[in-house]
Amino acid sequence: MILLVDLAGTLGSLSRDEYVGPVARIVAAAGYEWNEAHYAGISPKTITGADGIILCGTALKDNAFAEHMQNLAWLRDARVPVLGICAGAEALCLVFGGRLIPACEIGMTEVRVIQADPVLGEPRVFTAYEVHTFACEPPAGWITTAVSDVCVQVFRHPGRPVFGVMFHPEVRNDAVVERFCGICRDR
Amino acid sequence: MKLGVLCSGGKDSWSACSRALETDEVACLISVRSKNDASYMFHTPDVHLVPLQAKAAGIPLVTVETEGVEEAELADLVRAIALAVEKYGIEGIVTGALMSVYQATRVQRICRELGLWCFNPLWYTDPDAYMERLIASGFSVIVTGVFSAPFTEDWLGRAIDEKALADLRKYVKTDRITLTGEGGEYETLVLDAPFFRQRIVIRETKKEYANYRGVLTITRAELVSK
Repeated sequence: MILLVDLAGTLGSLSRDEYVGPVARIVAAAGYEWNEAHYAGISPKTITGADGIILCGTALKDNAFAEHMQNLAWLRDARVPVLGICAGAEALCLVFGGRLIPACEIGMTEVRVIQADPVLGEPRVFTAYEVHTFACEPPAGWITTAVSDVCVQVFRHPGRPVFGVMFHPEVRNDAVVERFCGICRDR
Repeated sequence: MKLGVLCSGGKDSWSACSRALETDEVACLISVRSKNDASYMFHTPDVHLVPLQAKAAGIPLVTVETEGVEEAELADLVRAIALAVEKYGIEGIVTGALMSVYQATRVQRICRELGLWCFNPLWYTDPDAYMERLIASGFSVIVTGVFSAPFTEDWLGRAIDEKALADLRKYVKTDRITLTGEGGEYETLVLDAPFFRQRIVIRETKKEYANYRGVLTITRAELVSK
């Protein structure tokens, strides 16, 4: 089971269908069961049984999670693969000691893979859908594997399968989520 | 949160409105009437009936007109949204975008400029489940425009029901249309929705059709009780 974490400011918000729903569709199509939980209500019991965790994006104006990072401190000790998408990548960045900087991208953007990566594949250039006003200065020691003209696009933990992706793979780049599901399956 | 729903009169706008009503307050509808049939942003057939729909739903409406020139029409959308902010104090916009990055990107940018929230509750939803839900939940939707093969003239005015959905599914396979019409293959008009207080009855129409392209213009319609 993959646990999808809704990072929206409130539980059951209108943005849930836009940012959690499309990821759930890809996970289900990849043959995985999924559950979802709002980030403010996650307990050790919620995480038990998850083979992987996906932190989903939020609406452009919704950065409430960044003011309640104590609710996401458990990510430090998560022993399963984690994929953070947009706001999810920002959450990973903050939990592990990185920094957020203002950097806005909205719409299709050129992304350059500069180093082979388990969720991206080989170095190449592709276009991806972006909706963010902040970007990440990844935590010390993390590896940057893709960039755009504006900011770091993908970064990963040096020793664990934990990935931050600034673009929205659920739009036209399903393969990123599918590869992540593959990583969860193979462990 | 007080929201304004971008409304073209079709199934996607009203489905998005329906979803927004479950979580937030829909303070108004926002409609942009394009004079250009090939508008990139705004669905056109029978958009003149949005005021009647708004009355049926009991939701205030803000309308502006646009010449429908690519990109310039966005200035008219900004004008409409700004008017809705001023009149109804909305804090966010809801769209019925399904997969159009072109539309979603532009509305996201406008919302950022104006400091508004942006919601696309149908974004990348499962097309089959969406169409099923639309029919099952009691929406009354008809086809008002067809713009590709294999749509014949008798699709104009046809209700989107289980039988029509079965035909659309067939066309997805045989003619590679999108099930929801997201590719511009067909356009729709909502006559009734679960939250409408009254429903629309069509009294007079005019059809124009040739070579798999056609429009049903509704020349007279009225509200009746449900």
